[in-house]
Amino acid sequence: MSLSNIVIQFLNGLAGASSLFLVAAGLSIIFGVSRIVNFAHGSLYMLGIYIAYSLIEFFGRSSILGFWGGVLLAALIVGLIGVVIEMVILRRIYRAPELFQLLATFALVLVIKDVALYIWGAEDLLGPRAPGLRGAVQVFGRRLPEYDLLLIVIGPVVLGLLWLLMSRTRWGTLVRAATQDREMVGALGVNQTFLFTSVFFLGAFLAGLGGALQVPREPAQLMLDLTVISDAFVVVVVGGMGSIGGAFLAALLIAQAKAFCIGIGDVVVFGTTLSFTKFTLVVEFVIMAIVLVVRPWGLLGKPQAAQRGSTMVEPPLHPLGKTFWSVVLGLVILLAVAPLGGDDYLLVLLVDIAIFTLFAGTLHFLMGPAGMVSFGHAAYFGLGCYGAALVFLKLKLPMELAIFAGPLAAGLGALIFGWFCVRLSGVYLAMLTLAFAQIAWSVVFQWDEFTGGSNGLIGLWPSDWLKDRTVLYFVILAFCVGGMAFIWRVVHAPFGYVLRAGRDSPLRADAIGIDVRRFQWFGFAIAGALAGLSGALFAFSKGSISPETLAVSRSVDGLVMVLLGGVQTLTGPVAGAAVFTWLQDEIARNTEYWRAILGITILVIVLAFPQGIAGFVKQMMTRKGLLKEVAA
Amino acid sequence: MTVLTVKGLHKSFGGVKAVQDVHFSVAAGELLALIGPNGAGKSTCFNMLNGQLRPDAGEVTLLGTPLVGLAPRQIWRLGVGRTFQITATFNSMTVRENVQMALLSYHNRLMSLWRPANRLYRDEAMALLERVGMVDQSERACGILAYGDLKRVELAIALANNPKLLLMDEPTAGMAPSERIGLMDLTARLARQDNIAVLFTEHDMDVVFAQADRIIVLDRGRLIAEGSPEEVRQNEQVQAVYLGSGAVFAEAH
Repeated sequence: MSLSNIVIQFLNGLAGASSLFLVAAGLSIIFGVSRIVNFAHGSLYMLGIYIAYSLIEFFGRSSILGFWGGVLLAALIVGLIGVVIEMVILRRIYRAPELFQLLATFALVLVIKDVALYIWGAEDLLGPRAPGLRGAVQVFGRRLPEYDLLLIVIGPVVLGLLWLLMSRTRWGTLVRAATQDREMVGALGVNQTFLFTSVFFLGAFLAGLGGALQVPREPAQLMLDLTVISDAFVVVVVGGMGSIGGAFLAALLIAQAKAFCIGIGDVVVFGTTLSFTKFTLVVEFVIMAIVLVVRPWGLLGKPQAAQRGSTMVEPPLHPLGKTFWSVVLGLVILLAVAPLGGDDYLLVLLVDIAIFTLFAGTLHFLMGPAGMVSFGHAAYFGLGCYGAALVFLKLKLPMELAIFAGPLAAGLGALIFGWFCVRLSGVYLAMLTLAFAQIAWSVVFQWDEFTGGSNGLIGLWPSDWLKDRTVLYFVILAFCVGGMAFIWRVVHAPFGYVLRAGRDSPLRADAIGIDVRRFQWFGFAIAGALAGLSGALFAFSKGSISPETLAVSRSVDGLVMVLLGGVQTLTGPVAGAAVFTWLQDEIARNTEYWRAILGITILVIVLAFPQGIAGFVKQMMTRKGLLKEVAA
Repeated sequence: MTVLTVKGLHKSFGGVKAVQDVHFSVAAGELLALIGPNGAGKSTCFNMLNGQLRPDAGEVTLLGTPLVGLAPRQIWRLGVGRTFQITATFNSMTVRENVQMALLSYHNRLMSLWRPANRLYRDEAMALLERVGMVDQSERACGILAYGDLKRVELAIALANNPKLLLMDEPTAGMAPSERIGLMDLTARLARQDNIAVLFTEHDMDVVFAQADRIIVLDRGRLIAEGSPEEVRQNEQVQAVYLGSGAVFAEAH
């Protein structure tokens, strides 16, 4: 690579870093103060780009004032949207368990996506270039857009302004204090309501600005929310949660790494062509994985202060009694007679529900008893899909054997990824799981020759004896019920107890001879392998698979199912998966806007039943005296 | 019989010499109190014994086995039970299950994926709870227990691996004054029955002088006195260190 190339890629990297920094800084500030992982932050960015596009169109494409007025106004509007979100939804659930806040922000992602679809449509919208900055300057004989030069300046300027705001104003001092110890700030009589709302405004404003500034550079489109949020997560985690300087440093590092990967292009090493351009999709996640393992709190972050008395204490596990098993038995009988109805459509839906129940069950096993939240559980589902499919298609093994390749592949993947993940905890662990899922996704997505790339794989036909829908239905059902029964046994066995022990008090677990990490690692592998089983079943029930099976949206689906059902109840994932799959299916048949309806439903549930559906039912039954309360 | 031997223990944090050249030993069935004003290095000293901190220099041996460099869980496997200054129990489990966890770990049954944990070592757990007087609360969740009761649960957990040594960091911190003597009384009784060596740090001088067989005093990282309660009480250096610190122990005790 020539010197001029290096310089130009460096400048490209600087320009790319600015928007990334703005979004990540907003996310980081919000997390620092409210401890809410705002999954909808990418959606705010997306709104910023759409709104700015519309405003600029409205004010006139070639007016300088119109362009910059549009950008600033868009950022302000997004800031105000943030305020509305905070006041209407989040404010009501600050005391709810962390995971419920997460569920609420997932729901917002769904709602905002459909609002954008309704207003702006599904087409990509490319905005005008900035008036007055349409030219390019010559750098070492190469052209660099003037607008990029401006972006290079904007990042550090915003960093400086934020620094002044945080260090020179009373408000900034309060934000820093709350980031360190929220309860103490409250105990000192600070009006937290105003502080939280204003922090949300600033965070949303920054996200909106980050989006609006991208109008001349990238088209507004509906996929931005999840791609941006995973980028922003990576930046925040690499930089350190709550650290603005860290976010800047990380944004620079990642944007530079990406720029250089594009700059290097294809390199021939030992006769094989390595495409660094393809590496751009994973490079940030590789950086994050390395940083998290070496510096678990990010480059400039500090270990999180423990929160006082905000986590709900989970009641002890009941032994699986007669009531439980008779309900399960009743359910199984119902499922067994379902084919008698002769409704093929019902069978398809039930197969989907069974598969996603197992998938959600494995995620629940990680999140509940093991206390490890995974944002990237789809990785194991997808590895299961592809493991089974590839063995079936490439090795020509019969389907009966190929199915077991699914859990094997996913289990191995979980062993490798899990080794890194269990070294972290809480939000950091969740982010690392997301990183690994994205790596797996981009490998599958780009490896055309092997995985079929974005087209996926087709021709996954079940063996002859399974051609009959009803028979296939029973086989899949048997696997799913068996898988769930196994998980329940494990939860009640010493192994499950050890995981809960490690979650409840790592200190005490260590003091009674338990190597918590080792058990978490095996737990991770078990959950991964069973998720892989659900993936393999999915592959053969559909006949074809695509990289969608391990995309972020699949992980989010799993999280919503688990949280909807309730993390604290073993039956939660069953209820969650059934309701989610059915709702998705039912609504999607009737309207284009099923995401919004689902999102609003989730929000209503979150606000009304902060313990999930199963938790709510259990509470009602306890209150009515139908269920004995062991812990008085 | 000497159970724990500590020789030439050193630990510095940056420029602060937290513990300097500390040495002592605890015999089986003996209650040794480690006292000293705030910042004397008690906790640092303690955490080097239980494996949470690695000493800069020095030797710690349990019945001849060196402990330096071992993780807390390895030290536990050698027969060291622990209670914490702020209780650490598994809040989502019942009192009995908490003790069962320690028993499962002791019997290396943790990897089991099939048998319900709830039914394993049930009687042994109840027997331990009997010893600390917690049988009537065995089915309650630790998350909803009163603090004094949690301390007794911790004691039962600590006894689950038939320990040769008990390390108790501020065992009565956070308890009502009336309960404090009771808990240490119980500890002393159990220790003597089973011939367990007990090392505890404590701020409450009533507890220390009522229960300790021997006392060692730390000040600014150094050992300044060692002896029977009476000897320590009479020690001028100890009196000087404690005067004005608010902890008064006059002849009345």
